Parts: sequence; C-alpha cells; structure tokens
Amino acid sequence: MSKPVKKYDDDPNTTGHTWDGIEEFDNPMPRWWLWTLYATIIWGIGYTIAYPAWPMLNSATAGVLGWSTRGDVAAEIQAVNEANAPMNAKLEAAELTAIAGDADLGSYAVSSGSAVFKTWCAQCHGSGAAGAKGYPNLLDDDWLWGGSVEEIHETVTHGIRNEDSDDARYSEMPAFGRDELLEKEEIDQVVNFVMSLSGEAQDASKVEAGAVVFEDNCASCHMEDGTGDRSQGAPNLADAIWLYGGDYAALSETVNNARYGVMPAWNTRLTEAQIRAVSSYVHQLGGGE
Amino acid sequence: MAILDKHKILETNATLLLICSFLVVTIGGLVQIAPLFWLENTIEKVEGMRPYTPLEMTGREVYIREGCYTCHSQMIRPMRDEVERYGHYSLAAESMYDHPFQWGSKRTGPDLARVGGRYSDEWHVDHLRDPQSVVPESVMPKYSFLERKMIDGKYIGDLLAANAMLGTPYTEEMLASAQADFKAQADPDSDYDGLLERYGDKVSVRNFDGQPGVSEADALIAYLQMLGTLVDFSTFTPDANR
Repeated sequence: MSKPVKKYDDDPNTTGHTWDGIEEFDNPMPRWWLWTLYATIIWGIGYTIAYPAWPMLNSATAGVLGWSTRGDVAAEIQAVNEANAPMNAKLEAAELTAIAGDADLGSYAVSSGSAVFKTWCAQCHGSGAAGAKGYPNLLDDDWLWGGSVEEIHETVTHGIRNEDSDDARYSEMPAFGRDELLEKEEIDQVVNFVMSLSGEAQDASKVEAGAVVFEDNCASCHMEDGTGDRSQGAPNLADAIWLYGGDYAALSETVNNARYGVMPAWNTRLTEAQIRAVSSYVHQLGGGE
Repeated sequence: MAILDKHKILETNATLLLICSFLVVTIGGLVQIAPLFWLENTIEKVEGMRPYTPLEMTGREVYIREGCYTCHSQMIRPMRDEVERYGHYSLAAESMYDHPFQWGSKRTGPDLARVGGRYSDEWHVDHLRDPQSVVPESVMPKYSFLERKMIDGKYIGDLLAANAMLGTPYTEEMLASAQADFKAQADPDSDYDGLLERYGDKVSVRNFDGQPGVSEADALIAYLQMLGTLVDFSTFTPDANR
C-alpha cells in the first residue's frame, strides 16, 4: 500500500490500493443508487407498520391496514358467493325439469355443475364421466336408479349404501355362493344364462337349466327378461353394459359374493344449488332421460 | 457522517466483516424463527386433535417410506381455489402430532390434507392397486404390493414411545396396549372398546382393505381416511390475526 498520489487536480481521491502501478479511485456511490437504497429502507418500515410483522409477546403486530391472509380468503369467497347468490337462489327455486329449458339458468347450472363434478365426482366416475370398472358410466343410457334429472338429483343428494343419509339408495343382492343359497352347479348354469341374455354364445344345456334358476332366484328383482328394475336398483342384465364385467369370471364373482358399490350422500358436503347444478350437468351429458 | 466513515474499518478487515455479517444473519433468523416458540397464537387451540392410533401411525410410516410426500402435499393454503377444491385451509394444529410434518412442497398429485372420508375404502384399494383403473390420466405408480405385505405391529409400541419422547401425548396405557389397538382397528369383529376409549369414538374400525389380516394397505388406508377429519370445524372460529 503506497501513499495516494493525484495525477491531476480534479481526480477523486484514491483508496490507496495499488497493483502494478494501477490505482483505485475512491468514487462515492452513485447518488441514484444511494437514494434508492434509502427509499427501500423507508418503504420497508412503512410496510411493517401497515401489514402484520413484528413479533410481540402473545402475537405479532396486526398492522394498521388490518389485512390478514385469512381475512383475505374469507372476503374473496364471500364476494364470489354474493355474486352467485341470485343465480343460486333461482336454481334452488326452479323446478328441476325446468332448469334445462331456461337458457340463462341452464347454462349456469351446467357450467357450475361441471366444476362441481370435476372437484367431487371425477375421481370415481372419471373426468369425462365415462366411469370405470365398479364406477358407473354416466354418459350412456343405462341407469341403475333412473336417469331423469329428478332421479339423478335424488341419487346425488342421498348417495348409495352409506351411513350419512337415512334416505340413501339401498339394494342388497344376496351373496348366492358365499351364503350357500345356490349350489355351485346352479351358479354355473345361471351365469351361462345371464351371459346368453346379451347374446354371448354359451353352452345351450346350461343356459336352459340356468333359465329356471334365474326365474326362481333372480327374476323378482332383475325381471323375467333380465331387463332389471330401477326402483330396486337392479341392473339391466340384457343390454351388454356391465359395471363389474360381463365375462364368466366376473359374473361368477358377482353371483357368488354380490357387489355393493357405495356413493356418499352429497347433501352433507354440497349446497342444494351445487347438487342441482351437478345433477343438471350429468343429465345433459348424453344419457339423461 | 462520522459513523458511516467507520464502515471502512469493517471493509478493510476481512475477519471482522465475517463476524459482523454472521451477527446480522443471526439476528434476522432469530426475529423470524424464535418468536414461533413463544407466541401463543402460533398453534391455535382446536377441538378434536388426538394422537394417531397405532394403525394410523403405521400407515403414516408407509406413507413416508413410499415417498408419497414427494408428489402429494398435506397443506391447503388459504386461497379461494384451494379452499373450494380441498376444503378448509390447513391449521398449524392439524400437524401438531406429525414428527416430521408432511406438508410437502410439490403437487404432482392432489393435496391429501383432507382426503379422509372423501372416498370409499374400496376406492382406495382399487386406486392403490392400479391408479389408472379409476383415474386414467393419473401418473401414480401401482402400490398393489401393499395389500400383500402383512404386518403384525411388533414394533409399533416403540414407534409410539419415540413419538411420545418428541411430545405427542401418548399415555402409558396407550403405549402398553399399542399392539392390541393396532390389530383391533383393522378388525371390526374384534373387541375394540379399549381402542375407542383411548382414542375417542370417532376412530374408524373397519377392515380397510377388505381382506383378512392386517396388511400395509390396511394401515395406509386407515391413515388416509383419518387425514383432515380430526378437527371439529363446527366449534372453530378463525382468529384473523395470523
């Protein structure tokens, strides 16, 4: 470190550092930079006064603006609810069957119902409502409990085989094999018969014997021609649409142990307007009656 | 300004600069972190939180072992879209018995903080076995091996004791009957009165995977079906000041 030497009179002072004869000027920080720094410090102090910031003994300072994350989200939800309130009130007051006919109400119901469906229903029925094995397809004409908008509304409201609602849809097919209501041979025959209903070629002698077993044990719910009974939630067995599979193994499993799919009662989680919206949405997907 | 001129002393002494930088960072850290240990409203008082049952605790271990947290968060942020999709935003109290918490930081799959009671047990079995069978667009791997891996809860007492050391209020009785409670929760035909007495009536006692014996799938589903269901929101009033 050598002593600073000015080459010209108007040179700033040097820092005194010299490397191989090269000296470093001791220029002040640019003024714009300094003032920006001071401004951010002042802004920072103002920010901690305006918004929640400083930890005290029991809680942090609340800030003079009274803003909070929780208050913010509550206000935002309230604003959206208030904006939708007139349409929701109209939706709740309307006849279910009249919703689709009203252009405004119908499009509101379908678009808000679509959002409800994607949030709450898609996980089982699929994001396109095509269902999966064990979870009904809502696009086709085949309905377990009825496909009118009123029936769909009833199913969504109370669900199927749950403890949430006393009015839940309930049907209980006997487990013919497990509870030893039918012999193994009879089950073999009736499965062959049921497969023949939808045109799957089967052993003719078994089909004939199965028809008798079917009439004695199954026809009271599934009807003599196997077309089912929606009032009992008994599926149509003659339309080649299967919830749990229509091959020999799947049908044997169904007859042996029965199947008890469940659906929650949505009136415990959704508002009436949301239930009506999602019912309207499902109704217009293609299978609605 | 004289005091600013003194800054030159810092700038020209590397060791002094290092020490002072460290002090500044320490103060910043203390101001942000330390108050959480004394502020009374860090964890608000809520009704319904209870220590996890031995079976749920086992399910939680499976959840951690399989790295579920790398794709699923358990933290519903206070934003309208999240609250409408997942339910009430998460409270600090809801992770008070989590050692460590499972908030996660990435959502390849959905948030699971309130997945409890949202699907049937059968759905969970189908979904763990083959996620694409119920959600075709899912990229989740298959976990069908969980239902084949039977467990007897031999070390569950030790796990509960370790959590008790970390502050979870497991009683001596809970620790002593851990293995019995573990088995009882997955068997609705067992005598599970003791389990309900120790952990509350809301504990679900079911054969979660629908198969005999206690498998890892039983434990995981028991854990998932409990998530987010403990706090009684009918008695909860949000304190705005947080």
